[in-house]
Amino acid sequence: MTHPLIDHQRPTLLWERLQPRWARGQARSAAEAAPTRLVWRYASPQAFYPLAGRLVPWFAVAAALLSAAGLGLGLLVAPTDATQGDAYRIIFVHVPAAWISMVAYLAMGFWSALGLVFNTRLSFLMARALAPTGALMAFLCLWTGALWGKPTWGAWWVWDARLTSMLLLFLLYLGVMALQAAIDDPARGDRAGALLTLVGVVNVPVIYGSVQWWNTLHQGASVSFTRAPTIATPMLLGLLLAAAGFWAYAIAVVLARVRRLIAEREHGAAWLPALSPSAP
Amino acid sequence: MNGLAVTVDPGLRRDDAQLKAVTPAQAGVHPHHERDDAPAGQPLATLAALVHRDLLLAWRRRADALGTLVFFVLVTALFPLAVGPEPAQLRAIAPGVLWVAALLSATLALPRLFAQERADGTLEHLLLAREPLPWLLLGKALAHWLTTGLPLVLLSPVLALQFDLPADATAVLAASLLLGTPTLSLVGSVGAALTLGLRNGAVLLALLVLPLQVPVLVFGAGAVLAEAGGLGARAHLLMLGGLLCFATVLAPWAAAAALRISTE
Repeated sequence: MTHPLIDHQRPTLLWERLQPRWARGQARSAAEAAPTRLVWRYASPQAFYPLAGRLVPWFAVAAALLSAAGLGLGLLVAPTDATQGDAYRIIFVHVPAAWISMVAYLAMGFWSALGLVFNTRLSFLMARALAPTGALMAFLCLWTGALWGKPTWGAWWVWDARLTSMLLLFLLYLGVMALQAAIDDPARGDRAGALLTLVGVVNVPVIYGSVQWWNTLHQGASVSFTRAPTIATPMLLGLLLAAAGFWAYAIAVVLARVRRLIAEREHGAAWLPALSPSAP
Repeated sequence: MNGLAVTVDPGLRRDDAQLKAVTPAQAGVHPHHERDDAPAGQPLATLAALVHRDLLLAWRRRADALGTLVFFVLVTALFPLAVGPEPAQLRAIAPGVLWVAALLSATLALPRLFAQERADGTLEHLLLAREPLPWLLLGKALAHWLTTGLPLVLLSPVLALQFDLPADATAVLAASLLLGTPTLSLVGSVGAALTLGLRNGAVLLALLVLPLQVPVLVFGAGAVLAEAGGLGARAHLLMLGGLLCFATVLAPWAAAAALRISTE
């Protein structure tokens, strides 16, 4: 008996090893007997591939429209800041990038945990697909931060707690990607990357706390985000629209990347449409 | 080498086909494990045997552990050459330099943690042993610390003299290294297990592990700076102790999961 959700050649799961022996057989048979509910149906790469294909254009269009609206509002309509002049306008790229880079790491942790517990292949692919986008956003955040810092603080880089922890987050992304790239066996690469992501998720609060402690001891409050207590409505609206646009971009890119990863893994499967004209 | 007793108990073990392939008879063929002098069901005896074995191996290959130590001394000696010999400046940078050098030395020694076990097949016996794998890996991390971390702690007062650190700051430095270096070994064991047998594994290992070690570095070097600045090192040392407890509980577990991923 084969089932589309169960990888019958998979190794024994970490989760199953932790269970007592008497529970193992039950868990397996229950999973096999479960009807394909909506949540689980799309855990199958075969079902998810066309769904992702249908969603990508929608998110891409939404990304273009929302980013254009947000950036237009932010760059053209929003008033000039009283203390920072026009330099603050990079906030419309900086804050969405920072937001996505942090949430993308948590999302990677979520998919990694799901993959390690249930051994759903798609979860690992989602985690893999999120990493480059998260790293890109962390880099964008650092870069725009440097561009923002030069006119406002007078320095491209200061060892502020926020900057330093974002740099470390960027390095954590690079570490996960490097580990996945170094392992040839896809299954081992998936699991190793997932475990490293989870170790990182546990560590991120500790790192953030320690860096903040370090910063307060060394620099005090000499450098901080001096923001006006209230933010003008067009600014806030532009920021929210730009953030929504960046989110749509991230989702579109991640879904497209997952499709490529599925195509790579399931190469030769009968249900997969031929990707190149030379394919039979 | 012959102190470790690994007992294969097929009735209780996991049901991986490849692991099941190693029968007790096959395991017994291995000359290193013929003696079974650790009483069954005594986790502490097993841990002691494992640590004893690793220390014995380290003693027979003294050059490996000594190399790490010499690297530590060498790196710290490079800094005065690069930044100049003014005592005031050296005193200011000493905590950071000594801690970064300790972190790099500990990282440099990490690839050795499982490499030999993997090469001679001992690793599979550890995976099959009756005791829980995280417990055994705690022993591996302990042995690793005893051979690489503890010598750094003992050597640090001498190097602190070179940097003209005052006596109380030197004591705090040694205390912070004593509390911090075990965490480096524990967290490092996760990275060593993940990168086991990979191409370019040593560089990758450093890339993975160093960002995770930042808290230890911050509180370790911070303790010495706080003591020198008159704030007192108590809070930093308590945080280092907390990190050590945190790592002792979680790191062997994560390393065990990583080792199973790397060997399946």
